[in-house]
Amino acid sequence: MSDIKPRDPAILDARERGADYLVRRHYFRWTEALPWLIAIACFFLFPNRMTFGNQVLIMVMFALSLDLILGYAGVVTLGHAAFFGVGAYTVALASLRLGWSEPISGLIAGGLLAGIVGAAVGWFIVRYRGLTLLMLTIAFAAMLQESGNLRSDLTGGYDGLPGLMFDPLLGYFQYDLYGHTNYWYVLVVLAVVFYFVRRIVYSPFGQVLTGIRENVRRMHAIGSPVHRRLVTVYAISAAIAGVAGALFTQTNAYVTLTVFDFDNSAKVMVMLILGGTGRLYGPFLGAAVYMILEDYFSKLSPTFWQLGIGLLLVLAVLFARRGLLGLAEDARGWFAAKERDKERRSSAPRRLVWKREHWTALGSSALDGAIIGFIAGFAINMKQIELMTAFVTGMPARALTFTLIGAGIGAGINAIYLLITSRTSVEEQAS
Amino acid sequence: MTVPALQVEGLNRSFGALHVTRDVNLSLERGARRALIGPNGAGKTTLINLITGVLKPSSGSVRLNGEDITATSQAERARRGLARTFQINQLFRGLTVLENICMAIGERDGHNNNLWRSAGAKREVIDEALDHLESLRLVDDSLKLIRNLPYGRQRLVEIAIALAQRPRVLLLDEPAAGVPSSESHLILDVVAGLDPDIAVLIIEHDMDVVFRFAKEITVLVQGAVFTQGTPEEIMKNEDVRAVYLGQEGHAAGGRGGGHD
Repeated sequence: MSDIKPRDPAILDARERGADYLVRRHYFRWTEALPWLIAIACFFLFPNRMTFGNQVLIMVMFALSLDLILGYAGVVTLGHAAFFGVGAYTVALASLRLGWSEPISGLIAGGLLAGIVGAAVGWFIVRYRGLTLLMLTIAFAAMLQESGNLRSDLTGGYDGLPGLMFDPLLGYFQYDLYGHTNYWYVLVVLAVVFYFVRRIVYSPFGQVLTGIRENVRRMHAIGSPVHRRLVTVYAISAAIAGVAGALFTQTNAYVTLTVFDFDNSAKVMVMLILGGTGRLYGPFLGAAVYMILEDYFSKLSPTFWQLGIGLLLVLAVLFARRGLLGLAEDARGWFAAKERDKERRSSAPRRLVWKREHWTALGSSALDGAIIGFIAGFAINMKQIELMTAFVTGMPARALTFTLIGAGIGAGINAIYLLITSRTSVEEQAS
Repeated sequence: MTVPALQVEGLNRSFGALHVTRDVNLSLERGARRALIGPNGAGKTTLINLITGVLKPSSGSVRLNGEDITATSQAERARRGLARTFQINQLFRGLTVLENICMAIGERDGHNNNLWRSAGAKREVIDEALDHLESLRLVDDSLKLIRNLPYGRQRLVEIAIALAQRPRVLLLDEPAAGVPSSESHLILDVVAGLDPDIAVLIIEHDMDVVFRFAKEITVLVQGAVFTQGTPEEIMKNEDVRAVYLGQEGHAAGGRGGGHD
């Protein structure tokens, strides 16, 4: 019927644009090659840091698995280490107790088993939301850890299972001390997993996940079997976490029950949120930034490195709620808005209105800066001196300097921020 | 004798001691245009929630095209052709208008089970979604995010999603609620132009709309059906004026009266 009626060309054009967007949405963009090129470049730039590189890639995969359920489906979980652990122990026990040391089939077995456990657990827990769900996921990981501890004869308990042996990759590539073989192994597995995740994200099923996150009531109303969909994605995510865990055991040739730690679950979530959720590349950025900083801070101060990570998170929460990728998006949006702004500047004269709350904001940000500066000064002292003596000797002068510098920086940043926002607000009022 | 598209029999629902739905009987023939009216708190939205399966009734039955659906889930009812809109927008705010519609079509046709092919690979889904948008004059907005859309247009998307489900029974919960009167005619035109095969139940407070659109009216008071009838009968009914129109003041009654 619609082809018979003569149609308005403007409407046809709008239709074409709409369809085009959906059809092209999943096409590869050249920027997407960037993380992979960087990963390959790292191999040649830092050949003696490949063991560390491995750990980063494994955490990227782990965070990617979490992104599917947290970033896309909006299911918040703090027990994802459970599935990482299932994968890790599958290959460890298969190698040690069954003599099954072929790495790739072990990897698949680890993923499958974690996926099955994920489906079973998911069937119970995804019907809950919010705090209840959070507690259930934590409890499940703790249960697995504790049952592993009860059978420490089998699992090695918290002392772990050291000296695991795996067959050469594809029966040919030997492992080396520098982790070079492993690096390529993990990178290729990550690429395969990423390809799967990317397809899922751009598929109708991936749209459904976003729909569940955006409005679950509407999903029910349009006839979506929400529970089944969530169990499916939970199982897939668990399987990927399992693969990451299996790689962890294989590349370290060692595993302990600490893989089930709450720390591990929390860390992967922090990485994901730091990078940006629901964006496919958030896990790459988040895991890399987090781990590189963790590595750097722990060298700076083996005792107080967590302080640095803590500061980083405070900054992320203050300035990058939607993660680093979100920050990048905001910056791009801001520049675009500025461009548009340039064109119509003549029509709307801009002026700055200082209000009382701006002064209080400035003051409180100076105070924040002072506190951060104080802690920073304290931390830098830590580098050389023992804790107690640092307090007494090195502290006053240096801490004072840092406090003042910090206050200055804090107030400065906020002043710039206020300049920008107060201008836009004036303009919004005008338009 | 044809089977009614929707038949509600002896429906009851209590929240604790509060009896919000009392023995409601309601039937929609194919192509029906029925309005559900009643003072605030009469249980209109609760009734919609009972019919669509958001709430389970304490007793009574709901039949869709003769099949008993009382025990089925909300999603199952939707798949069998029962669609609704919400009084307060329930949309995928971070997605584009087009994606909102495609979501409903994909769910209806089962494409949404696919986790391998690209969502844009099914051209017929996109084309159908664009058809729906075109008929509601929303094509120009198809790539806008819902959250960037004016509220009145969001209300249209609300209806477009329900229509994309190709429903046989459509429940509209105050489709023009919250829309400035300068724009509400856009929505009401859409409602008036709905496919004559679809059975429609509309909750609406604006008596102009009710009398213009509905062929039958059900008045709900304190959870029970107070009376049913044609618009003329309802308008002449002194009791209805007393419990309902009276409450709204003479303006509502007067406006309704001005139409006959």
